[in-house]
Amino acid sequence: MTEASLLNISLVILFLPLLGFAALIFLGKKIPGSHWLETFIMFSALCLSIYVGFGKLSYYVGKDLISQLTWISLPNVPLLGNINMDLGIKIDNLTAIMLFVVTLISFLVHLFSIEYMKGDSRYSRYYAYLGIFTFSMLGIVLTHNILMMYIFWELVGLSSYLLIGFWFEKKSASDASKKAFLVNRVGDTGMFIGIMILFTNYHTFTFDTIYAQIAAGHLPFNSPAWLTAAGILIFMGAVGKSAQFPLHVWLPDAMEGPTPVSALIHAATMVAAGVYLVARIFVMLTADAMLTIAIIGMVTSFIAATIALTQNDIKKVLAYSTVSQLGYMIMAMGVGAYQYAFFHLVTHAFFKACLFLGSGSVIHAMHHEQDIRKMGGLRKKLPITYATFLTATLAISGVPFTSGFLSKDGLLAGTYAFGLLTGHWIIPAVAFLVALMTAFYMFRLVIITFHGTPRDEHKYDHAHESPFVMALPLVVLATLSVFFWYGTNPMNPSSGWFLSKWVKTPATVVPQQQRFDFMKTEVKEAGAVEETKTAEAAETETVTHSEHYMHAMHQAHYPAMGLSIILGGLGILLAFAMYQWKKIDADKLAEKLGPLYRFSLNKWYIDELYGATFIGGTLALSRALAWFDSKVVDGIVNGTATLTRGLSNIGGLFDKYIVDGMVNGAAYLSGFIGLFFRRFQTGKVQTYVVFVVFSVIILLFIFRPFGF
Amino acid sequence: MAYFPILSFITFLPVLGMLIILMLPGKQEKLIKVLTAVITGLQVVLAGIILHSYNYSLAGVFQQNSFQFIEKFRWIEISGLSWLGTVKVDYFLGIDGISAPMVLLTALISFIATLSSWNISKSVKGFFALFLLLDTGMMGVFVSLDFFLFYVFWELMLLPMYFLIGIWGGPRKEYAAIKFFIYTLVGSVFMLLVMIGLYFSAKEMLPNGTSAFTFNLLSLMDPKNYTATGILSPFNPHNLRFVAYIALFVGFAIKIPMFPFHTWLPDAHVEAPTPISVILAGVLLKMGTYGIIRISYPIFPEITRQLAWFIALFGMINIIYGALCALAQKDFKKMIAYSSVSHMGYVLLGMASLTTVGLNGAIFQMFNHGTITAMLFLIVGVVYDRTHTRGLDDFGGLALKMPVYTFFVTIAFFAAIGLPSMSGFISESFVFLGSFSQDSIRTITMFSTLGILLGAGYMLWALQRVFLGKFNEKWNMLTDLTVREYLMFIPLTIVIFLLGIYPSGMINIMNTSVNSLVDFMNKMPAQFSMLGKF
Amino acid sequence: MVQVGLTHFLVISAILFSLGIFGIVTRKNAVMVLMGLELILNSANINFVAFSRYGNFGLNGQVVALFVIVLAAAEAAIALAIVLNIYKTFTTVNVDEIDKLKE
Repeated sequence: MTEASLLNISLVILFLPLLGFAALIFLGKKIPGSHWLETFIMFSALCLSIYVGFGKLSYYVGKDLISQLTWISLPNVPLLGNINMDLGIKIDNLTAIMLFVVTLISFLVHLFSIEYMKGDSRYSRYYAYLGIFTFSMLGIVLTHNILMMYIFWELVGLSSYLLIGFWFEKKSASDASKKAFLVNRVGDTGMFIGIMILFTNYHTFTFDTIYAQIAAGHLPFNSPAWLTAAGILIFMGAVGKSAQFPLHVWLPDAMEGPTPVSALIHAATMVAAGVYLVARIFVMLTADAMLTIAIIGMVTSFIAATIALTQNDIKKVLAYSTVSQLGYMIMAMGVGAYQYAFFHLVTHAFFKACLFLGSGSVIHAMHHEQDIRKMGGLRKKLPITYATFLTATLAISGVPFTSGFLSKDGLLAGTYAFGLLTGHWIIPAVAFLVALMTAFYMFRLVIITFHGTPRDEHKYDHAHESPFVMALPLVVLATLSVFFWYGTNPMNPSSGWFLSKWVKTPATVVPQQQRFDFMKTEVKEAGAVEETKTAEAAETETVTHSEHYMHAMHQAHYPAMGLSIILGGLGILLAFAMYQWKKIDADKLAEKLGPLYRFSLNKWYIDELYGATFIGGTLALSRALAWFDSKVVDGIVNGTATLTRGLSNIGGLFDKYIVDGMVNGAAYLSGFIGLFFRRFQTGKVQTYVVFVVFSVIILLFIFRPFGF
Repeated sequence: MAYFPILSFITFLPVLGMLIILMLPGKQEKLIKVLTAVITGLQVVLAGIILHSYNYSLAGVFQQNSFQFIEKFRWIEISGLSWLGTVKVDYFLGIDGISAPMVLLTALISFIATLSSWNISKSVKGFFALFLLLDTGMMGVFVSLDFFLFYVFWELMLLPMYFLIGIWGGPRKEYAAIKFFIYTLVGSVFMLLVMIGLYFSAKEMLPNGTSAFTFNLLSLMDPKNYTATGILSPFNPHNLRFVAYIALFVGFAIKIPMFPFHTWLPDAHVEAPTPISVILAGVLLKMGTYGIIRISYPIFPEITRQLAWFIALFGMINIIYGALCALAQKDFKKMIAYSSVSHMGYVLLGMASLTTVGLNGAIFQMFNHGTITAMLFLIVGVVYDRTHTRGLDDFGGLALKMPVYTFFVTIAFFAAIGLPSMSGFISESFVFLGSFSQDSIRTITMFSTLGILLGAGYMLWALQRVFLGKFNEKWNMLTDLTVREYLMFIPLTIVIFLLGIYPSGMINIMNTSVNSLVDFMNKMPAQFSMLGKF
Repeated sequence: MVQVGLTHFLVISAILFSLGIFGIVTRKNAVMVLMGLELILNSANINFVAFSRYGNFGLNGQVVALFVIVLAAAEAAIALAIVLNIYKTFTTVNVDEIDKLKE
């Protein structure tokens, strides 16, 4: 298990799905059982990922494996020397874990789709798209430079576009896919500006080289403000992809795509790429940038949670819950709880994929009915789905002994510690409130869907448990939502191998005065930081957080855990009270809270707001400009032409009547004179002679040559 | 090959073809078409040979000895004229990293355009004869290194274009053709004036020891050649270089087309037949930007430096204004025409950066825009041939009826949006990276990135309106692509992906020359302005 | 007795000339016109001879007169031939009616 073999195998993992895509797009309908081929490819990729993950985490746990080649080289650039743009992959622990997560969920979704998508007219096309998506997602995970990150970033955007609009005959689907792409582009544009800042200053895209230069004190444009700007701008990419406020609007609409796609792309992997991106740039984030990120994450999680409270479409509830959980992760990154953010990313990927596939199973059973008000009592008809769905719901609600409890608790403790250290108490306050709401709306969903009595008897009667290929993924994912995969202690996440061995907060490279106080390196440890950078990476602890922070974290652990259990329990209790035992009448409550309820139901009217301002404004502006273009700019051109023609007409008239008139006038004059003299032209010689004689006499008289 | 005048061949091969076609009877339509395809195909082969034997390490730009495939001899010489001395024009051809991509592009696009003109039925002989003449004109512009020769080719291409639009065009063809002709001619007049001004400002040493006025572009780039009193000479304290620069720039800007001189483009595109739109967007527009890089930049380096900010500003206006106008269009072809305006803005922006990355991006973008927009116009042509309508709202759900066509459409549209793995991404990124690194135009660059967003907006909206959604039963008779149409799309698709995944193939050709140009632009302005105030 | 001098000759010549002119202008018959022409020529001859006699010109005037007589004969011959032809064409010798030149 050498480094080279691990790197080569990673490349194989990366290109396998692309191969599948190429095969299916060109030969799609000619390959019988193309879906099995594709699923098999993903299974191979999964096995290889497990191999790579095992190799990396057991033999090279403290070492990053990098392999790169020059893609574009610009030698001898004036003033700058050689510029090289590299293609390369880097396998660190994060990558190894993500490889496994992505290939596993992708494989399970492939498997699930075999039954779910059966009979679709573009079956093989669907698998081709899944292939290109998996390829791009693995690219994001593996890349070692930000340009490639951007490239794959756009490619996942493309595959997301293709898959959301998979049933493009529906206008809503094609609208949603367009919206997703465009909203993501807004974020990507910001990200690209961030990349431009880095490239302009460091002439490379490779993360490690950039960070090394920042660590050496070379700031973008020699100003910490630009470093903050670069961080926030690159983060904008994450805002788009991870559906953070104010760009979260595309994700709920993206539910127009097939449900397995929602599970894979819009819950587990692609949307989490934003968090992954923040993790990648974590070390260059200044305190200001981190605070911005934390606040955006907080706002997002809050808005999405409030909207999720009232939605009636099973996928919409899950979509908003995804947005809310992504907000959590982003917020955790912002408050410096790097490990927990990433931990939550992984656990969330599993249980949210489980929830989505579970909802897919329900929708499949109900013959494409998505409105939970028409469901109910499905527990008996769909026992496996119910059991797995419930497990995942417990995990997302943060009930002990689940994976979600571990990650969420750590995350909440992180915000709590942040509150302790900086005084920004609003962040933990909102975070805990969201925990309450999450437990409530998730159980509301479970109760309305699976408990009680069926509301649509007809559909209920026809409902049936899903076949094996659909049930297996649910079971696998539900199992992964239990704590023991991540550590032996169900109460303390940091003692598990996941956090203590695999995922560590990297050492930040931001100048001291641009960091949060608690992230400053103490003087005595400054040497240690240097050491870790120069010496064989880190078997030793990389120091990012001060003792102070560790202390606060420790202090926050138990209050946070207690609070989260209490609030989670409260939320679950409330949901049962309202929907199971009917102690509180939900409709009456909604009536009482009228405006608030409608505000939540209508998603804060954000879509309407954007429609009226940005979209309407752009379209109005474009129409105005098109008018301006055809009437004014082109009008000037045509006006010039008309003016020229007018002038030439005047010239023509002048020519005709004056210049030519003079010529003709001369002719007329001579003609007239001719006419006059014509009278003398009798043709009679004798008359001429008379004229001659008289003329001679007159001439003689006038000139008098002989001196008369 | 000891010495084979390959550039002359590639330039005049079409004229030869034209002569043969003129001698054929007009009824032999098939033969004429095949002959044209063979001629343009041969051009592609020649371009391939050029690419194969191209020396990547030679810079060109302003040094004659590092140009490649040079052909130079006296074309016109009249000596012993009193104060004029010797009037001389050289037949001077050669390529470097700036023109080589354009030569490849011209060959490729001409070939594709020939394929797409297969169903021209009106006066086939005339069409293909003019088409080949046009081809020569375009190729000539990119290979000539003598201003006079450049101008001759520049004008040569105008005439066939006028007839090709005016005779084979749509309903308002006369209007469009005349507008195109007059607009371009105005630009040419400016160029002619500057050309004559430059001619009388610089002298070149002749082998016999005397010196003579010169049209040689390379001599005009050397400040040492300028006379003390020439009106465009930097030595002359009252010179008119600034005015001349602007006049020349306007001459080229009309061709690009740069806002506010762009309105001929939508009209010409809408009325022109598909192959001519392809040529127009694919090659002709590049002449404007090529002219600026080849002529305006190195001959007026000091003024270029002064005005770079304005070039970038106009680039930005082109990008955003073109994109917004495209968003509002209801005619498929017009929308693509405006997208051309937008995409040529990237070229201007990259050029204005005066950095290696930016200029590489600009030239690369010229090439990529050529291939991508050609593909877009072919796409419109396919659907227009079948339905004789181009309204974006008249269709719907074509993806169901024409899946293969939609496949190519998606590729072309996403290439135009600048999706990574396709060539447009590399060039746009280079343009942005280059111009961002130039302090003075950083803000402009940031605003220009809006173009990425708007571009995605109008393209995807069009894609949705025409190809997605419910199928419009009206078009039940539509058929998918024919073999000939496959042949048009596949080479372009391959080029788009190849250069998106392996951009070095093109960038290595350009880079040495671009470095040399950037170096020149960094050092020369000082020399030019040292000689005298501008 | 009045001495015959130059003046007399000139007067005669003038009268002849005037008669000739008168004949040319008034006569309608082409032959009569020709006769008027002869009169003018002869008046000129008289002048030549008279000046030759009284002037200081030697015999030059008389030689010219001889030439004129020869010329007049020739002219008369040709002119009469023309008149004959005119008569053949127009069946008239009335000069008023022969005004083809006018057209």
